[in-house]
Amino acid sequence: MDANVPQGLIPSAAELIRFLPEIILTLAGVLIMVLEPLTPPRGKRTLGYLSFAALAAALGASIYAYSMPGPAFSGMLVVDGFSTFFRVLVTAVGLLTVLSSSHFLEREGAEPGEYYALLLFSVMGQCVMVGANELILLFIGLEISSIASYVMTGYLRDDKRANEAALKYFLLGSFATAFLLYGVALIYGATGTTSLIAIRAALASSARPDLLLVAVSAALMFVGFMFKISGAPFQIWAPDVYQGAPTPVAAFLSAGPKAAAFAIFLRVFSSAFGSIGDRWEPLVWFSALLSMTIGNFAALTQSNIKRMLAYSSIAHAGYVLVAMTARSEDGSAAAMFYLGAYALMNIGAFAAVAHFSRKGERYLEINDMAGLGFRQPVPAALFSICILSLIGVPLTAGFFGKFYIFKAALQSNLIWLTVLGLLNSAVGAYYYLRVLVVMYMHEPGEATTSLQPITAGLGAALWITAAGTLALGIFPSMVLEFAIKAAQ
Amino acid sequence: MSLLDLLLAIPLAGFLLLLFLPRDDHRTIRTAALVVSLIVFAASLALPFHYETQTTDVVWIRQPEIHYHVGADGLSLWLILLSTLLTPIAILISWSYIQTRVKEFFAFLLLLEFGLIGVFMALDLFLFYVFWEVSLVPMYFLIGVWGHERRIYAAVKFFLYTMAGSVLMLAAMIYLYNRAGTFDYGSILASLASGALALTAAEQMLLFLAFFVAFAIKVPLFPLHTWLPDAHVEAPTAGSVMLASVMLKMGTYGLLRFCLPMFPQAARACAPWIVTLAIIGIIYGALVALVQPNMKKLVAYSSVSHLGFVVLGIFSFTQQGLDGAVYQMLNHGISTGALFILVGYLYERRHSLEIKDFGGVSTPAPWLATVFLITTLASIGLPTLNNFVGEYLVLQGAAQANFTWAVFAAIGVILSACYMLWMYQRTFYGETPEEVRAHVHDLSLREWAAIVPLVILMVWMGSYTRTFLPVVSAANTGILQHVDVNRRIQVKAPPPVNARPAAQEIVIGR
Repeated sequence: MDANVPQGLIPSAAELIRFLPEIILTLAGVLIMVLEPLTPPRGKRTLGYLSFAALAAALGASIYAYSMPGPAFSGMLVVDGFSTFFRVLVTAVGLLTVLSSSHFLEREGAEPGEYYALLLFSVMGQCVMVGANELILLFIGLEISSIASYVMTGYLRDDKRANEAALKYFLLGSFATAFLLYGVALIYGATGTTSLIAIRAALASSARPDLLLVAVSAALMFVGFMFKISGAPFQIWAPDVYQGAPTPVAAFLSAGPKAAAFAIFLRVFSSAFGSIGDRWEPLVWFSALLSMTIGNFAALTQSNIKRMLAYSSIAHAGYVLVAMTARSEDGSAAAMFYLGAYALMNIGAFAAVAHFSRKGERYLEINDMAGLGFRQPVPAALFSICILSLIGVPLTAGFFGKFYIFKAALQSNLIWLTVLGLLNSAVGAYYYLRVLVVMYMHEPGEATTSLQPITAGLGAALWITAAGTLALGIFPSMVLEFAIKAAQ
Repeated sequence: MSLLDLLLAIPLAGFLLLLFLPRDDHRTIRTAALVVSLIVFAASLALPFHYETQTTDVVWIRQPEIHYHVGADGLSLWLILLSTLLTPIAILISWSYIQTRVKEFFAFLLLLEFGLIGVFMALDLFLFYVFWEVSLVPMYFLIGVWGHERRIYAAVKFFLYTMAGSVLMLAAMIYLYNRAGTFDYGSILASLASGALALTAAEQMLLFLAFFVAFAIKVPLFPLHTWLPDAHVEAPTAGSVMLASVMLKMGTYGLLRFCLPMFPQAARACAPWIVTLAIIGIIYGALVALVQPNMKKLVAYSSVSHLGFVVLGIFSFTQQGLDGAVYQMLNHGISTGALFILVGYLYERRHSLEIKDFGGVSTPAPWLATVFLITTLASIGLPTLNNFVGEYLVLQGAAQANFTWAVFAAIGVILSACYMLWMYQRTFYGETPEEVRAHVHDLSLREWAAIVPLVILMVWMGSYTRTFLPVVSAANTGILQHVDVNRRIQVKAPPPVNARPAAQEIVIGR
């Protein structure tokens, strides 16, 4: 079926360059594993620097690879605008995670070596996912990413909550990947191929395959993807996992793997299943509304900030699903932009939480943050920018992202979904405002007065995310235009 | 770079400057804020002479096309000046009142000025929305951090009410963009006028309502007014002043700028209902004000009543009604602003807002009593003072449209005399309790400086309307023409879809 299969067995230089980010990440991950036992305890920081450098190199390689776009390895992998956008996004998320983890690991007395190696492998898996143009490779990428992140969730092995979170995440996650794999098997049965392009062609051809089989397969994959993006009604795991996971890992989970899962969700459903879009649109419509509503209303009653952010991340997945429901290029571009914006503002928020929580994550109640705004004005102001962006106040990335999503939705005549979504975002304002209220309008409590100055790594992560949030909010064009081009 | 850009840039630069000043040097911070706001005010004084030529239109975001497009006409001109005048006054009255978190307070005041001026200048729907929301954040903090006991409740209520109203406006704006292909106010108006953009009656009605609810909450129109007394009572004086004088005008300004010209049919269809609510607001606000034991709450409810007049004038669809409404917007900004300032002065002396804690204040503080009396009389609508002109025009416009409306609205005028004079009597005349004698002293120089400009304006606007009214009238004539143009177009057969006129065809304000 593919003319250049024989030559494809020996990868060309161009193909290797297209795969360069993954190569860098894998080698660096292995290198860190090897170096780990050799470094003295006081030199462990070097491993952090090394992983930072590797991620930065991978980010650079992702951009460089875009100078020669095209398929690699017999069309299993493709470098295009879409995959480049997400590769840059997930490697950037990795960089920010390293920044916010370094101090955290020292504080909690955790071994940094395996942690960084797992992080690199997870990011590598996400890079494979977003570049995959074929269902088997996509599945492999997803598994690499997921298994690494299961371990990261339970990385603090003396913490009961972390153990529970890891186990829950692992069990439910494997269950969901099984669904996905069933879907892949069925579509292979129906069309005889796992290539997304070939599936699309088969569905569009006159000799259409058995629609029932295709529909069942799409539904199974839908379940798998919905789990990975924590969209309702498959969101149950998210609050427990985000709350139990170490804070930097929770930040990572809500940004990187989620963005990558959305990327493959978008790619599979808009390219392979694009022609039966009118069939799956109502499902996504319903899930979008359900995710926004459940996420926002459940977040209203949370007193633990990590749990609140977890529920709100379900709501934000709902907004992105609104963009998917639009089934248009603008919708895809809006989803991409929003995922980027969300990664920035959410990592910023989690970085602030990591700074505040102290050893053993003692201070996680929203009320603990009383008076932070005037006790540590700079971190609090940066945190506030992220919060305002999560609310969707103009001049922040979150606002423009939402604006663009609902614009795409209205263009596709989804008037009710738009109205309900916007009202939902007004509900969301309430619980985010509570954080601002506590930080600025309450008198400082014990938790705030005993707070040390912010460490360099976390400070850098907060500065970068807050500045990025503002930059994307005021000048969205630079990212948006790339997303629009990539979505075509 | 036009004058308007400067008016936006200076407060923003001032905001950033204040962030970098040392935290503990309160004097420098206050002085810097005052100087910045005075520079803005001085610059804005040139605006009445040049406003027609001052406009900037550059592309801000290419995809979807969003412009940084600002301009001023007779409608926005005086509102911009009102904002630039009241900001230095707000800074002056906070001089000694704000002792905690000084830097943030003044920084937020300048950020608020930036947002307010932007709202009145924006000629791009998206830009308008941005400023609309941006002005929300500093006010939220002003109320929530420096307010009185129930400040947090008031601040959150204020934020959520406004936010809930404005998200639907955002949806309506996006819908218009998808239909018209632009966010530019002038272009949308032009294509509506030429019929290139023909909205069905149902579309027009829904879009009108989406905009209207956002503005009605801000005005606030009965029964959406409940956030206002809370916000006013809990806010620090400067917050109340900016809120009453300028921020409420965002709502009525929006009605005039967007609801009327863009959706004239729907506006006319809804007018009887809206006017009914406005009249209920006039009388209800006045009656509630009558029984308030708390001065700030009394002034807050009087605002509900006064703003009812503005809405009545707007939806009378007559030249006098619109002129009166705009004039009344300015009047309310000046006289209610002054009332809040004076009530703030009393609070700083006696640390109470309850009327029963005062009495005979005119003995220890005769000048304060005099200025308060002038302001009270202005607020009641005494001829030769400013409110009289506005109220008269509104009533005349309302009478032209429907005589019954004017009759009911006039009750509000009578009631306003009752509650204001009664409060004045209980506060300033009679026995002087020991507490008052001990704490109340007359106006200081700084306090004089803050209130005198407003008193001068009350007299000026009441006795020499030619300075202000002609430009307002011209702008209102334009709006009414639009209302009529669009009505004429609507009856004709649907025109070809793709013939959209150039953006320059309609320049607002001429």
